[in-house]
Amino acid sequence: MPVQYQGVRAEHVNVRAKAGMFDVSHMGEVRTSGPQAEELLQRLLSNDVSKLADDGAQYSVLCNEEGGVLDDLFTYRLADGAFLTVTNAANHERDHEWMAGHAGDFDATVENVAARYAMLAVQGPVARGAVECIADGVLPKRMRTATIPVAGEDTLVCGTGYTGEDGVELLMPPAHAPAVWDALLAQGVKPAGLGARDTLRLEACFHLYGNDLSLDRNPIEAGLGWICKLDTGFIGSQALQGVEPEQTLVPFVFTGPGIPRQGNLVNTPAGGGEVTSGTLSPCLETGAGLAYVPKGAAEPGTEIEVDVRGKPRAAVISERPLYPPKKKES
Amino acid sequence: MAESYPEDLKYHPEHDWARIEGDEATFGITWYAQDALGEVVFYDPPEVGATVSKDQAYTEVESVKAVSDVFAPLSGEITAVNDKLSDSPELINSDPYGDGWLVRVKLSDTDELESLLDVGAYKDLLSS
Repeated sequence: MPVQYQGVRAEHVNVRAKAGMFDVSHMGEVRTSGPQAEELLQRLLSNDVSKLADDGAQYSVLCNEEGGVLDDLFTYRLADGAFLTVTNAANHERDHEWMAGHAGDFDATVENVAARYAMLAVQGPVARGAVECIADGVLPKRMRTATIPVAGEDTLVCGTGYTGEDGVELLMPPAHAPAVWDALLAQGVKPAGLGARDTLRLEACFHLYGNDLSLDRNPIEAGLGWICKLDTGFIGSQALQGVEPEQTLVPFVFTGPGIPRQGNLVNTPAGGGEVTSGTLSPCLETGAGLAYVPKGAAEPGTEIEVDVRGKPRAAVISERPLYPPKKKES
Repeated sequence: MAESYPEDLKYHPEHDWARIEGDEATFGITWYAQDALGEVVFYDPPEVGATVSKDQAYTEVESVKAVSDVFAPLSGEITAVNDKLSDSPELINSDPYGDGWLVRVKLSDTDELESLLDVGAYKDLLSS
């Protein structure tokens, strides 16, 4: 996946206004099947897997015993009863080994199936319409999946994404991906690269592993307490019981010039913090990012200062998301 | 604009250009540099009066994705900066040898000129 095709800003704006597609085939997939597949995933994933609907999608984190985040992932419950978990490329091998390594006590099979899937994310207000034109069947609603023919071959269509826009993600055999890509191009969907993927997710305040999530941060301070169901007994849940982190992850925008970058230090009325993601927001047309700050400075409206390579830049803590997409019921 | 390297400029291997006028020079980045960087979205000019040293970074240009240092092709003192770039940093992409100039410098050592590349040598560097 290239950083850009036509330019980060043009691709970003096109996804917000119309529809763009991202070749995210670098992402990994792990298939968990067998009579106790759900029990195994309940042990591994932070969310309540028993609440994952048939043909449903669920967001969770994978934690180690200390509650550090190994990865953040989407899991789909497939029609055949198995589960498909989508991993971040850089973590895929570690995730698979971790999941398979904990499968021994369960009647379940964990398979690395990354080579079986290509993945295209089609995102934007008219993304669904474009996919509908090349699909033979009804697209799943948000947070649901369906297996239907797309460009003539069965494709797993998921009502998920990483942009804050409506849209779907398509999982298909790699050999079929060029046909889907070309069919979407013919529908007017424009390619978008890694650069726009990052700026779009940042405006939507979605976490990026390696920036906003790491082994050194727990999901509570990352603002992901809502996907951590401690009473399910997942690995790491004991360490997270009663955790009251000193810092929390918040979005911010610059009120003057400059662009924040990962690693910039933050001064707040309640103490120091650190930027974990920063960019120029193409929609807000200002510097924007995510930072860990002391809880006492996390309230939207709090004025902070970001040290951008020695230059103090004025910023303010914001509400999330930074950019609210137009709500459209699917 | 299309790829181009004007004949009348001197070039630094870090993809900077200098337009020499007596003991003064204007600096900027080359077509190749702006193309590699992508869309420039932020530029904070250095201070007038600041000293720049040949081969040392004297300012930064930023794309959405990254920050890049800009290296001084020659040494001297900044006498003017291109204020237009604060509001329109994209001029560095659209007109890198004209409205996208970065700074004007009073040179402290014109002997340094000998170390810069002419257009032929710079093009050879790009194609090597």
